[in-house]
Amino acid sequence: MHSIPGRRLIISLFLIFLLLPIYWLVNMSFKTNSEIVTTMTLWPHQPTLENYRRIFTDESWYSGYINSLTYVLINTVISISVALPAAYAFSRYRFLGDKHLFFWLLSNRMAPAAVFALPFFNLYSAINLFDTPWAVALAHCIFNVPLAVWILEGFVSGVPREIDETAFLDGYSFPRFFVKILVPLIASGIGVAAFFCFMFSWVELLLARTLTSVNAKPISAIMTRTVSASGMDWGLLAAAGVLTIIPGALVIWFVRNYIARGFALGRV
Amino acid sequence: MDKTVNQRAWFLVLPVFLVVAFSAILPLMTVVNYSMQDTFGNNQFFWNGVGWFKELLDPSTDLGGRFLASLGRNLLFSAIILAIEVPLGIVVALSMPRQGWTVAACLVILALPLLIPWNVVGTIWQIFGRPDIGLLGYTLNGLGMDYNYVSNEFDAWATVVVMDVWHWTSLVALLCYAGLKSIPDAYYQAAQIDGASRWAVFKAIQLPKMNRVLLIAVLLRFMDSFMIYTEPFVVTGGGPGNSTTFVSIELVKIALGQFDLGKAAALSLVYNLIILIVCWIFYTVMTNAGAERPVKQGAA
Repeated sequence: MHSIPGRRLIISLFLIFLLLPIYWLVNMSFKTNSEIVTTMTLWPHQPTLENYRRIFTDESWYSGYINSLTYVLINTVISISVALPAAYAFSRYRFLGDKHLFFWLLSNRMAPAAVFALPFFNLYSAINLFDTPWAVALAHCIFNVPLAVWILEGFVSGVPREIDETAFLDGYSFPRFFVKILVPLIASGIGVAAFFCFMFSWVELLLARTLTSVNAKPISAIMTRTVSASGMDWGLLAAAGVLTIIPGALVIWFVRNYIARGFALGRV
Repeated sequence: MDKTVNQRAWFLVLPVFLVVAFSAILPLMTVVNYSMQDTFGNNQFFWNGVGWFKELLDPSTDLGGRFLASLGRNLLFSAIILAIEVPLGIVVALSMPRQGWTVAACLVILALPLLIPWNVVGTIWQIFGRPDIGLLGYTLNGLGMDYNYVSNEFDAWATVVVMDVWHWTSLVALLCYAGLKSIPDAYYQAAQIDGASRWAVFKAIQLPKMNRVLLIAVLLRFMDSFMIYTEPFVVTGGGPGNSTTFVSIELVKIALGQFDLGKAAALSLVYNLIILIVCWIFYTVMTNAGAERPVKQGAA
């Protein structure tokens, strides 16, 4: 009953619209440059793995992936570990300035990265963290910590407070209750929050590019450099792009039912 | 939901407060500081008071003209993509299959564009739209249209808008789908007994139930499109001319391109203020949606 006429056609057309540009990228990544530039082919006629081989053997390319993964992982760990206790506090207690604090967190999630690019550059240069994964990881905290707090607060609120009370009556100390009871209960929530921290840190470019120059350059910045160079290596660019899609594509399956919740900051 | 008052909860919040304060308050202080000063290089700064702000809001000056023009373009962009993405998202959500493995497959494919790094989204469309090597550009030119997003303003706009629709419509669709799923079957059965038409079902049951999710979707899309940077930057670089230079692109040009700290800082503050106001509306909507949640679950 809750459907509209022609729904199969609509959803199929929309999915094709979503997949076509991605297909084109994958298609190009398996072509040689001469095939890309000279002919228009719907699928690679002389399929080649040369583009991927170059990325995996050239250090200036694959180090970009390692740099990106490093700061993304540091960021995810920091975000989740500071957000967990805070989410519990917001969900269970009333305290001085709680609502203002919650709003302030949200406003940081929404703040445009462009505003912070320059001050971050000054700040992290001043404390000698410039061009390290730590600079990017800490900078990304500005939107990922609030995100994690908001998502986790939703999940903690789903745990009945009787469970807390019973545990404390049973003589659990607060840290023990937290680790032994609460964390296992909201394990899926932690997974979802971690996934979104990972994702938003992975897709961000502006701050990551501003805060690194040589040693910690993320893959996205290496790609933009290639884009601006004349005499494009399209196949290589396409292959690098495909490789950045893979981490997300691999884990969507596990969070498919929570994805709306995550993007709405835990409020659906 | 009665929460107990406990000031010691601050200890639990303290780590978050410190981490975010470190990366939010400190940099903002520098921004405020810069916004009042002028620099001629060599780390020499001169007090400029509210001069930059006056210039920023006066369209006859260079800075003000650029800011207001990019602000106008950005608002137009946000309006266009909202007008396309929201109805399209609703239609897609209503077209989702009802059960079986196809639901999971659709969800995964829908989510795919959301998880692609933003500059790769730009790269994908940059390639896809090129008249020489991109499927879209090649096809359009083959059909006799003179499509070229590098030199033609309208084509650049169309490309950036279609790219955003491609990138973010899924978000609206997923949120609406989550809203639709929370409608109990009994509602539909009642509608069937009453002999309600499809349109009546949509208007009387589905739309009201999607209200809050839609508000969240609209606000999220507005915020994100209002600070869009990477995707149009990669595809058009803000061009041709300045036709796709949005506020963030303008800001980065002034701050990191020209190192004009005072102007950039003043622009940042005004920009942030606009975001803060929208964010407050957003917060009110979000927390109200949260208050409704237990009731909704009770009904289901």
